[in-house]
Amino acid sequence: MADKHHHHDHEHDHRHGGHDDRHAPPPDSGRPRTEFELLERALSELLIAKGVLAEADIQRQINFMASRTPALGAKIVAKAWADPAFKRDFMAEPRATLIKHFDVDIGAALELKVIENGPGDHHVVTCTLCSCYPRMLLGPPPAWYKSLAYRSRVVVEPRAVLKEFGLVPPRTTAVHVHDSTADLRYLVIPRRPKGTEGWSEAKLATLVTRDSMIGTAEALAPDAAA
Amino acid sequence: MIAPRFKVGDAVAVARRGHAGHHRTPFYLKGRAGEVAEVIGAFRDPELLAYHKPGLPKRFLYLVRFRQGDLWKSYDGPPNDVLTAEIYEHWLEPPSARG
Repeated sequence: MADKHHHHDHEHDHRHGGHDDRHAPPPDSGRPRTEFELLERALSELLIAKGVLAEADIQRQINFMASRTPALGAKIVAKAWADPAFKRDFMAEPRATLIKHFDVDIGAALELKVIENGPGDHHVVTCTLCSCYPRMLLGPPPAWYKSLAYRSRVVVEPRAVLKEFGLVPPRTTAVHVHDSTADLRYLVIPRRPKGTEGWSEAKLATLVTRDSMIGTAEALAPDAAA
Repeated sequence: MIAPRFKVGDAVAVARRGHAGHHRTPFYLKGRAGEVAEVIGAFRDPELLAYHKPGLPKRFLYLVRFRQGDLWKSYDGPPNDVLTAEIYEHWLEPPSARG
């Protein structure tokens, strides 16, 4: 890597303008860009230069992806807990059901598979080939989900990995690892915690964490909710 | 569209071959025996899409379930622990054809 060269660019190349230029990139951490960051930059500049995309298109898509957070997934899971008919429809026809009840269209390019944890089955999701993740419902994945350690270990020793997350399924519970290799994205419905009978969907949603929808955690216990 | 070659419950094995270029079959499953858990449908072929081709003909995609004890000799979890992955039809064979 041309670290030195890059450092030189950063110090003295002010093509993008100074402080008064509102298009100036934000100051970064000072570390050299990785090869992938350079590749991304080069590809973006080429696509813009050739008129395939405008800068605004890229920003719009980034903003759209960043607008999705685990809060959306939590609302959906809470409704699935509270409303058996919704859960049945959501598990059978995820896309149509989300459009109908949440006005959310996850798109036709990928299929969502909804899997439900129960006393006899615990599901956990990974992507060993890259970092496939239900971004349309949970937003960008956490850093650990993309890490080589998680991706390579959870398929080999899922129970050891779950234990590191604080989760120890009994040996009578089958652990299902889902390697998201191609066109499916997985959302886990965690088990509904005991002691939540009669709770509203909004209150139930406070118990549904991001990790519980990946399968590396259970939903929060009622007394742990804020 | 032609019919899928395998159905739910069929014993299958993942082809052991290599592939020069993009493909969605993890190395650790090559040569491994499992069972069709679900016929997901037909999708454009990612091995062609990756190179800006239309990805046709579409390929059938399956959810294949493997027993963890069949994947890893040292697996020390209970025998019901499983792993599922999505595997394209042209990477699946009847188990007898295992290379």
